[in-house]
Amino acid sequence: MNTNSDYPKRICSTTGFPICRSAEFFVKANAVLGVVFLLIGGIAAILIALTRWQAVHLLPVDWFYRILTLHGINMLIFWILFFEVAILYFVSTTLLKVRLASRLTAWISLVMMFVGAVMVDVTILLGKADVMLSSYLPLLAHPAFYLGIILVAVGTLIAVGNYFATLYIAKKEKTYEGSVPLVVFGATAAAIIAVVTLLHGAVVMVPTFLYSLHLCPQPDPQWYRLLWWGLGHMSQQVNVCAMVAVWYLLAAITTGAKPLNEAVCRSAFVLYILFINLASAHHLLVDPGVSAGWKIWNTSYAMYLAVLASMMHGFTVPASVEVAMRGKGYVRGLFGWLTNAPWRNPGFSAFFLSLLIFGFIGGITGVTLGTQQINIIAHNTLRIPGHFHATVVGGTTLAFMGLTYYVVPLLWRREYILKPLCRLQPYLFGIGILIMSFGMSFAGSMGVSRRSWDIDAGGSIYGPTAHLFLALVGIGGTVAFIALFLYVGLTVGTLLFGRRIAAGKSMEDWGTPKVLSTSPGHDHVAPAPGFAGGATVAEAHPTQGTMVLAVIFLLSFAVYYFANWKALADVWPVR
Amino acid sequence: MNDPKKIHPIQKLMDNMWLLLALGIIIPSISYTMWGWLELLFLKAAQLP
Repeated sequence: MNTNSDYPKRICSTTGFPICRSAEFFVKANAVLGVVFLLIGGIAAILIALTRWQAVHLLPVDWFYRILTLHGINMLIFWILFFEVAILYFVSTTLLKVRLASRLTAWISLVMMFVGAVMVDVTILLGKADVMLSSYLPLLAHPAFYLGIILVAVGTLIAVGNYFATLYIAKKEKTYEGSVPLVVFGATAAAIIAVVTLLHGAVVMVPTFLYSLHLCPQPDPQWYRLLWWGLGHMSQQVNVCAMVAVWYLLAAITTGAKPLNEAVCRSAFVLYILFINLASAHHLLVDPGVSAGWKIWNTSYAMYLAVLASMMHGFTVPASVEVAMRGKGYVRGLFGWLTNAPWRNPGFSAFFLSLLIFGFIGGITGVTLGTQQINIIAHNTLRIPGHFHATVVGGTTLAFMGLTYYVVPLLWRREYILKPLCRLQPYLFGIGILIMSFGMSFAGSMGVSRRSWDIDAGGSIYGPTAHLFLALVGIGGTVAFIALFLYVGLTVGTLLFGRRIAAGKSMEDWGTPKVLSTSPGHDHVAPAPGFAGGATVAEAHPTQGTMVLAVIFLLSFAVYYFANWKALADVWPVR
Repeated sequence: MNDPKKIHPIQKLMDNMWLLLALGIIIPSISYTMWGWLELLFLKAAQLP
């Protein structure tokens, strides 16, 4: 067995970090497969968007639900889980300077996840699993569908176990001093949430699989819904946690930002670990089987501790960028640090757009729709996909795309092709998702239901405005799909045709802000002494700009929250 | 004066990934899963009108 000093590795000429050869292979393999499933899910997405756009109404009814199933599973489960496994292997071995715990385990995990995912996709495309992502009983799919999901879940659980074993080795062999870096801590929080998620998946999927083989009675549908959302929604909390860790990483890489206050950032991740999984109860807010006490405790009181964590990250991440930029001399006005940020760097633009879309659209709508009383006017309408496309797609997927613009040159050692298009891609994707999310949210506000092939099937009851917003869903979806296709094409093209980075050479800089001159007349503040110390930095370069952004955020939240209570009151006017 | 070698208890908690893993499993399992499961278990059968 290798000790930590003699494991096969290379030194990254850009970052100076050691890259474990074993981990490098599995990071690449998981990331590539993740992007393949993203493409499958993306093709399904454009077909769905062009069907919900009533004027186009592309797919026939059976294929609509088939493709909707394919879209949900590939986007929300496969793409995210494969990419997150890649992130876990990458941050643990690289940032902690340690070898991957087990190559064999990584192989077993990879094969199980891949075989499972292929089984699920083939079963869906053969028309044997038109049950959509949630696959609520008594809808029943072919046994291969459930077996495939079990294989993916157990394979991911094995990968997470490999990650924890790698952390254990790093601690035992003292490859780092003190606490693990913040990005590793965030990834660990995501891994812990993944364990809870995958355990729920196993508990719900195994009896359902046996039922599909006629080996046991049908599980109770209400029990199934409770347990299934332990898989379905909790997996999205893994996304949130991993996305926030990626924000910290990209903020550091693209602007030199350092965490404003390590203790605060880590406390927010701990709140995620303890409370974010309770958000699964949102999906059962109109279910009759569980009590109001259970619903309100889980979705409001306890869950708000996780919302608090999101707001802490939502402040500390941009604030750390502001402090870094002001430290480099960009101190003019409230937002000089922001207007001078490296917006042409796709790593930065993807990260910051992800932060804005996740916070302002996904966060505000999520907390509002998760309120039990308000949920009654929004449940099962298009407002719900309008919310989670802002979190999972505009937030997580966009952040992961930004990370790719660094991971590919660092691991494959090839420069991206067609760089102007790379710089454009995050904007195109972000704008497309924003348009689509708005279209969904406003159509849903008019009562248009989600997962519905034809809203005019019962006659024209929604009117032209709802149709206009559904057209926005189609247009936004098309723009986002073009951007996704661009991302996949640029990445695959780079792997095949990108210029090789010579040994010992660094990757080309996408564009990072330079330190300004200190000559008299410049509006400049010298970097603070002891720059690495969080509190010292914050004291030397206050974060007024981020404070203003935070106030705008809170005002937007208050207005949206009030508007929804008003809408609820209008349902039952008391005169 | 603070002793620089003395680690704060909260920091110790955050450095103990096994404890965080245990808490991360136990809290949602009790608050969401077991509580909800028990409510469903003791749900009386609906009466036909």
